[in-house]
Amino acid sequence: MATKSEIGQAPPAATDPGTEAPDVLSTPLHTVEIVSDPGEGAQTCGQIFASVTAKMGNGIWTVEIIPAEIQPPPRIPAGASGNRIRVGTNAVTNWGDRTNLVVAFNEQVLLARHRVGALEDDATILLENRWATHDDPAIRQEWTAAMKELAESSYRIVEVPMEVECLEVIEDPRRGKNMFALGLLTRVYDLDREVISAQIDHVFRKKQNREEIVQRNVDLLDRGIAWAQEHLDFRVDVPRRPTETPQVVMNGNQALALGAIASGMELAAMYPITPATSVSHQLGDIFERFGGVLHQAEDEIAAAGVAIGASYAGKVAFTITSGPGLALKTEFLGLAVMTEIPLVVIDVQRGGPSTGLPTKVEQSDLLAAIFGQPGDAPHVVLAPATIEECFHATVTARRIAETFRTVVIVLSDANLATGVQPFPRPELDASWQSTPADQSPVRAGRGPYDWDPRTGLSERFVPGRPGGMHTVTGLAHDEWSKVAYSTDINQRASEMRSRKIAVLQQTLQPPVVNGDESGELLIVGWGSTKGAIEEAVDRARSEGRSVSSLHLTFLSPLEPGLRDIFRRFGKVMTVEINYSDNSRAPFITQENRRRGQLSWLLRAHTLVDVDCWTRVLGEPIRPGAIHEVIRDHTRVLTDTGG
Amino acid sequence: MSGCSLLSVVLDEDRSFSVSDYEGARARWCPGCGDHSVLAATQRLLADEQLAPERTVFVSGIGCSSRFPHYLNTYGFHGIHGRALPLATGVKLQRPDLDVFVVMGDGDCVSIGAAHWVHAIRYNVNMVALLLDNEVYGLTKKQTSPTTPQGYSTNTQPHGTYLPAMNPLETTLGVTNASFVAQTAEWVPQHLFATIKAAYRHRGFSFVRILQRCPHYTEDLFLPFVQDPTRVELLEHEDGIVVPDLHSRFENQRHHDPADIDGARRLAETGDQIRLGLFFRDETHPRYDETRTLSAHTAEEKLSLLNEELDRYAV
Ligand SMILES: Cc1ncc(C[n+]2csc(CCOP(=O)(O)OP(=O)(O)O)c2C)c(N)n1
Repeated sequence: MATKSEIGQAPPAATDPGTEAPDVLSTPLHTVEIVSDPGEGAQTCGQIFASVTAKMGNGIWTVEIIPAEIQPPPRIPAGASGNRIRVGTNAVTNWGDRTNLVVAFNEQVLLARHRVGALEDDATILLENRWATHDDPAIRQEWTAAMKELAESSYRIVEVPMEVECLEVIEDPRRGKNMFALGLLTRVYDLDREVISAQIDHVFRKKQNREEIVQRNVDLLDRGIAWAQEHLDFRVDVPRRPTETPQVVMNGNQALALGAIASGMELAAMYPITPATSVSHQLGDIFERFGGVLHQAEDEIAAAGVAIGASYAGKVAFTITSGPGLALKTEFLGLAVMTEIPLVVIDVQRGGPSTGLPTKVEQSDLLAAIFGQPGDAPHVVLAPATIEECFHATVTARRIAETFRTVVIVLSDANLATGVQPFPRPELDASWQSTPADQSPVRAGRGPYDWDPRTGLSERFVPGRPGGMHTVTGLAHDEWSKVAYSTDINQRASEMRSRKIAVLQQTLQPPVVNGDESGELLIVGWGSTKGAIEEAVDRARSEGRSVSSLHLTFLSPLEPGLRDIFRRFGKVMTVEINYSDNSRAPFITQENRRRGQLSWLLRAHTLVDVDCWTRVLGEPIRPGAIHEVIRDHTRVLTDTGG
Repeated sequence: MSGCSLLSVVLDEDRSFSVSDYEGARARWCPGCGDHSVLAATQRLLADEQLAPERTVFVSGIGCSSRFPHYLNTYGFHGIHGRALPLATGVKLQRPDLDVFVVMGDGDCVSIGAAHWVHAIRYNVNMVALLLDNEVYGLTKKQTSPTTPQGYSTNTQPHGTYLPAMNPLETTLGVTNASFVAQTAEWVPQHLFATIKAAYRHRGFSFVRILQRCPHYTEDLFLPFVQDPTRVELLEHEDGIVVPDLHSRFENQRHHDPADIDGARRLAETGDQIRLGLFFRDETHPRYDETRTLSAHTAEEKLSLLNEELDRYAV
């Protein structure tokens, strides 16, 4: 890269690209972010950038930078809003460590990113510089102070006269800067202008005066490209590998919604709650076209009730929520288990307890999802680990719910919800969908819980079936759904409901170990941490460390063979985004230490002394942090052969 | 929604049903409990309307009264305390072809289920909601309910219930989009039957408050009205619930047009008298279940639609 420009200086002198070719940094992974005040469109810019890089053959992982307040005043760190995109040559499985290139619309939002340690020490920053010479002396002062604080790091700050440039195209530069910024990135990452224009057209497809808006945005884009061409002395080359297999790119919530449609479910009941709501937005947009109903209920309890009522009367329905909503649905989940009415529950986890961290990632609902229902309520809990798995998880969940007449909870999280990643386009199959509810007469002599004594499975009598009339009840009941007045019925019925889960467990495959089948350390994870864990394990293995990892999709029932796998490792440790006590903290002993949720579960399940390393920072765990943990717990094996 | 996607069996038009065809398990309510009378009136209605037992669903919450579905030979859903209405809404959204009845106690509907009650009135989904109001918690043994009269002694408020009772009619009539509100009493079986029938015939959410004696815990509460018919006033109108046989027994009759919402609200106010009849009806109100009825698609149709949708995300 070229020499550093002085902080606070005027834009670097124009270099003539004809005479001096820009430096090209070639790298397999590069992270860029765009930050602005809310409403300035950094997110749109980031989304278009991500889609286009993916289309051109890069792997990507996008996360949203969400402001702490909905309508913060302009130019404050708490308002930082935007997108962070990690671009790779291969598939990118997680958000990575720190940012290499930033486009910032003011120095305050940049400060926010600096203060949370989001940026690499040597990051390059393209910063709007109109604030340096603003009429308001207070703003000029803020600028100067910020520059001083930023100077503590060795960033390379390139000042960009964004508004000045935009004014050449539009009157209100605050509504258009983002396309100018996109132009800068188009040039830096060598994106195809035609693909970008097409994407802009797609983004504004619903606008009334679409043509005019698109044209204006493309003009701004071109202005950005031209400015970068003239003034930036560097470019970034993340080699692309366009794949032959068709790909789609979306976030985890979109994948959950489309997967639910692919599964044939036709009724979703929900109450708005971040970060789950956008699943419903997606459905609101398209579900009706599929004959589907999205019901926004008066609260989460009602949403569960409507979904259960609908499932009872026909096809399996689902409800969508996050932690606080899952808590409210608890009693209804018990009812669904007791009455053996199939139900799919999507829980996009956020930080808890209580209102917690509404927009932030956490994996703290695991034990509540498995054990949260008073009474014995056996059911299924599974967790997709990637965005692709979000799509397929709903299909699997629907099928299990129906086959086993049970509740299936799908645990996603805020990281998957907002992360955007390409994956192979699902090859849809009509057999994924539920068949219309059986309305044939019930054979005489069959009861509504005609449990197969070995498997606990039974046939469902949906209303409308002649001869099948009965009253389902949350009270303990027998095969005929008659309220149990004798002592042995509850024992037997409990056995039958539990047996189904054992039968399901017997159909599961043992998990595949990433890395060697035995060794010094095994990291175990679940849900959205998979990409970061595997990247960290790969890094550590390339240093010669004996570490492997294992990722669980089914949390209840647990996948088979865990104890045997664990015993082949010197140490087993979970990595999770939930709280655990640090074993070296005051008062904490082996006896009273509260552990990560999966580690509790695995200790009970395998009787292996499973340790844990967990964090609740409200952000996905970085591969670099996991790498550090692995380093602390392994030695470098020197290959001396003895 | 997807009612049409379900394979509907062609019903045998020749079948005919008598009251006994709707009888389920033997009712286990106390002797003298008003719930027996409601059950009998309901069975009579089912036979009167010749509703196919397999296409009729009774949904209830938890309470003495919520045992109701067990005693019928239809499909039944004995749910959880306070939450019958969401379950019934789900049934109806999924299967508009089924007839849905909801049975709730006063604790069930007016207390723990109050949020669902208010919203069910507003959704105006086509179903019959029966509130069996004995003005006390029966199943859990005499605790104060929102409808227990002020001063009445219960196990949780033994020195007398602290606050004035909530009036479910006033509440219902105060909710936007209410479309059918009636009150009847189980000790007047002809009126009870006529009211449930009118509720069934109404297209929308029909809310019926049924004054119901509990011989065990609140025997004295309704006694004055049972013993003295002059303390009962019948609301009469050609569009309302008219039972000519009752005119000799109840001399107090008041002309009330059920289209008149303001009149209905005034008449709903509690006084020394209780009023039986149709307070309000309006079939022009929007029905949530109608707005949500969508055409069904085959698996293949959905597949091709979803493929089109995936094209939008194609890289
Ligand atoms: C969540 C929950 N809370 C409390 C109860 C206990 N409970 C069962 S029925 C009931 C009240 C019954 O009174 P009401 O609804 O008026 O019906 P009734 O028995 O008088 O017919 C209560 C409090 C319960 N079953 N579930």
